[in-house]
Amino acid sequence: MRVLRLALRRLAASLPTLLLILVGMFLLLQFAPGDTVDALMAQIGGGDAAFAEEMRRFYGLDAGIAAQLWNYLMRLATLDLGFSAIYGKPVATVILERLPPTILLMAASLSFAFFFGLVLGVVAARRVNRWPDTLISTLGLIFYATPSFWFGLMAIVLFSVYLQWLPAGGFQDITQGLTGIAAVVDIARHLVLPTLTLGLIFLAIYLRIMRASMLEVLSLDFVRTARAKGLSETRVVARHVLRNAMLPMVTLIGLQAGTMLGGSVVVESVFALPGLGRLAYESVVQRDLNTLLGIVFVSALLVITINFVVDILYARLDPRISADR
Amino acid sequence: MTRLAVEGLTVRLPRGADREHAIEEVTLSVAAGEILCVVGESGSGKSVTASAVMGLLAPGLTIAAGAMALSGEDLRAKSSDAWRAIRGRRIAMVFQEPMTALNPLMTVGAQIAEMWRVHLGLDAAEASRRALAALREVNLPDPEGALRAYPHELSGGQRQRVMIAMALALEPEVLVCDEPTTALDVTTQAQVLALIKDLQRRHGTAVMFITHDFGVVAEIADRVAVMRLGRVVEEGTAREVLTNPQHDYTKALLAAVPGLHAPAPRALSPDTVLEVRGLTKTYVSRGLFRRRKPVRALDAVSVSLKRGATLAVVGESGSGKSTLARCVVGLLGADGGEIVISGAPLPKRRREAARLVQMVFQDPYASLNPRRRAGAQVAQGPIAAGTPSARARTEARDLFALVGLDPDSVDRFPHEFSGGQRQRIGIARALAMKPEVLVADEPVSALDVSVQAQVLELLRDLQRRLGLSILFITHDLRVAAQLCDEVAVMRDGVVEEAGSIGAVFADPRSAYTRSLIEAIPGRALFGT
Amino acid sequence: MRALRAYARSPSALVGSVILLAVLVMGVGAQWFYPADPLGLAGRPLQWPGQNPRFPLGTDPSGRDIAAQLFHGARVSLLIGFVATSISVLIGIAVGALAGFYGGAVDTALMRVTEAFQTLPNFLLLLVLVAIFGSTIETVTIAIGIVSWPPVARLTRAEFLTLRTRDFVQACRIQGLGDAHLILREVLPNALPPVIVYASVVMAVAILLESALAFLQLSDPNVPSWGNLIGLGRNVLRAEWYVSAIPGVAILLTILGVSLVGQGLNDALNPRLAGGR
Repeated sequence: MRVLRLALRRLAASLPTLLLILVGMFLLLQFAPGDTVDALMAQIGGGDAAFAEEMRRFYGLDAGIAAQLWNYLMRLATLDLGFSAIYGKPVATVILERLPPTILLMAASLSFAFFFGLVLGVVAARRVNRWPDTLISTLGLIFYATPSFWFGLMAIVLFSVYLQWLPAGGFQDITQGLTGIAAVVDIARHLVLPTLTLGLIFLAIYLRIMRASMLEVLSLDFVRTARAKGLSETRVVARHVLRNAMLPMVTLIGLQAGTMLGGSVVVESVFALPGLGRLAYESVVQRDLNTLLGIVFVSALLVITINFVVDILYARLDPRISADR
Repeated sequence: MTRLAVEGLTVRLPRGADREHAIEEVTLSVAAGEILCVVGESGSGKSVTASAVMGLLAPGLTIAAGAMALSGEDLRAKSSDAWRAIRGRRIAMVFQEPMTALNPLMTVGAQIAEMWRVHLGLDAAEASRRALAALREVNLPDPEGALRAYPHELSGGQRQRVMIAMALALEPEVLVCDEPTTALDVTTQAQVLALIKDLQRRHGTAVMFITHDFGVVAEIADRVAVMRLGRVVEEGTAREVLTNPQHDYTKALLAAVPGLHAPAPRALSPDTVLEVRGLTKTYVSRGLFRRRKPVRALDAVSVSLKRGATLAVVGESGSGKSTLARCVVGLLGADGGEIVISGAPLPKRRREAARLVQMVFQDPYASLNPRRRAGAQVAQGPIAAGTPSARARTEARDLFALVGLDPDSVDRFPHEFSGGQRQRIGIARALAMKPEVLVADEPVSALDVSVQAQVLELLRDLQRRLGLSILFITHDLRVAAQLCDEVAVMRDGVVEEAGSIGAVFADPRSAYTRSLIEAIPGRALFGT
Repeated sequence: MRALRAYARSPSALVGSVILLAVLVMGVGAQWFYPADPLGLAGRPLQWPGQNPRFPLGTDPSGRDIAAQLFHGARVSLLIGFVATSISVLIGIAVGALAGFYGGAVDTALMRVTEAFQTLPNFLLLLVLVAIFGSTIETVTIAIGIVSWPPVARLTRAEFLTLRTRDFVQACRIQGLGDAHLILREVLPNALPPVIVYASVVMAVAILLESALAFLQLSDPNVPSWGNLIGLGRNVLRAEWYVSAIPGVAILLTILGVSLVGQGLNDALNPRLAGGR
């Protein structure tokens, strides 16, 4: 109950943020040279000015900026994201088709980075300044410094071209018409390299935070109390230190949800995954601003949802967070 | 029967520390059913001694020589596993800071139950049943509720009771208490001390009690060991040490303990310099989705300060005394009532208020900017008020001399000064503005007893020479008695009682004031 | 002085400084080592490293010297990293300082904006900015600065929030000093060390963002950039993977250098807890 109230309050507080983003993006797009109609006309091979004028009226582009903004927000409220001239479909449909690979990729990368970041961070902190710590910390630095798209390309060279263990790209093998378990395994095989590629930098960040946080918590008074109680070092870490040390890491997941979504733009383009990120890239190249705006809206919703989940998680972990604060 | 024996213990500090050994050749012993108080100021090595006995020395500290024995068993020979099995079960510890000594994410019940689960392997239900019994024994109100509570839901005194319940869970032979009441209010301190003494009697525990406060020593010690700079300088029964100290250091420490002697009343000026009338301050956190129950920090508070006199505002934590101080210097705006200084209401503008009232802070380490030179921090106020900077700097040097510091040290940074010296800088900074009223917010409570006495003496001397009017905020009645002419006792935002300090001490009208006076540790020895 | 000595003693600072110095020498000396236009045709395309002594690192699919592009790319990466970092740190400190110092409505408004920026995936925002304002090197640099300030603002705000209630700041208020003095002379110098350390993270992220943009061929095509080269090598990845591999190593080492220097700064400025946030 306390947890739910807290999370709902945070959710409500993110509504102004969402509005701010939408208004900001809408105004930003007014600076863009050319509009949807220009893009559409280029697509169909040109037309005369009168036709363009009619199209603009049809899309409501002849109204003032304030009126357009109001119309846009009203349409968003009914989840109408407009029409993509390039794809010839409603933007919402285009985005919905592209959402599953991205969500799958993010969930997989996050789990990978969180789990290994946690384990490696704990191991490094327990052996601080000895060789396992040095090794893990150095690896963390290198992972952090590796550009994800480059790591992806090199992984393709090694695992797909030379070793031929894993597919080089795509979401699934459509030529074989797989179903059931086989299809799941196929998708999983396609997602291994993208997951590693996207998760690598977050693994590095999480392990560094976890190590620092463990060291910090290990120096706190209540750990001394736990030791004075005669608990074994393993129990001290497992029962007293771990949960406290995880709090900053959980916060970080929420803060970096946006960064991760941004990273998937690059990774999906490296591995030719038909996801939201690749769609964003394509709409920039094709100047499909309607779709781009839709993607921004959906991304913001996604990030807000992730933060909602993170808030619930955090409140469950930490009883000091009360609904009244 | 000797439970704990420490023989010639020497602990080496890491290289680069200010001295080679944290403690040197410390020899102590505690018998069953006995309380040994280890007394000393900061840096005396008393806490290191406690950690060494628990086998919990901070990283970098190593035992260089000496022996420790628990009921005759050599502790130093034990493997780390064997020592761990002893820790908590046969020798237990209570720490100073009850706010941070418990795991914030675990219920109190689970933390106490852990003792039986780990050491005796009891199941959860049985351990929890015993935890409840333990909470009952330390007289917690609503022990069932406390079992399920998280530490942040309990007060400091309640948490310290939890710590004691946990430490005594397995009936250890030895209990080590490291300043267990220092962070608590006087009345809570008195209750916790009584609890420790009572439990120790009933279980026959040997207690090693670390403290800096001779009042506490007088309250509970059977025997006393006085430590200074890592060595035991004097040891004996409580009566011997307290009434007939042999070592000069012990004598100096005892002399520095403030007594409850109210000074002879002075003739006060009829002129009122500070008048607080019906001041009200309520804390509410506002927001679209949050609502908290408002806290009334000040409830129609009226006090007045005569020119050239000192008014003590005494109260425990949460009494509103610090809120009052912050309102008077203009850091906080009040919700109602008025503050009048020299006949005019306290101006809203910071620059105008600065000439009327200044403040000395509690923590000498937090009240100076670590990155700016001491002299600059004294001179900056007058410069902002329009004094030419050359003259302000000269005045800063004069002020340094006035508060007993080397005038040439104006160019040093705060970390090059000791705590007492920093407090002198803070006083110089306040005096630089030549204020009508000086507000001193617990100015000596972060200092060692001997330094405390010096700073109080300085304030008294300055008042005599400059005719200062001081509003003195303190939690400690003994300190108030040293310096003040009048006193106002506060509780829960209300002035319980006010009057000349001699009258209030001799014949307190309010029951609360009486309980405060009765709770002062060592009153029998150091009292009136 | 003490901080400087601590910095010199830290091994990570030493290694990092050496790497960064090497990259700096490459960038500054590019004009001198490779005076010709690095984007001009130099020889037969796709020669492997070592195949032709004229091109120690080989040539790309368009027959351009990879080594020359690497040297000139160092300048671009460092310049973008430095300028974008300065922009984002300045915005971040300004926003964070005002929000943290004044609190209340100012804080709420500024933090809403910060949250909005943080809710929006930064790379996506970068794409939008580039799509609208074009992809010259100036717009790309400014855009990177604009998308990476929110963490700096949050960090600065957090420092200001704790510092503004410290006694020494309160003492200055009571002495009648103005807000400008409190912010600039009292709080900021004490809030700066963690922000300076964090600037190394911002710089690393800035360099990575630019290279990712260039990899997607959305950055300035008229400027030699490591990311650009990796993108070009993608088409010949299966056989001539070195075209992508070599500039990638350069990026990796540069980021490593920046991170190590940041860690060294952290060890020097926050001596208690090495590791950082």
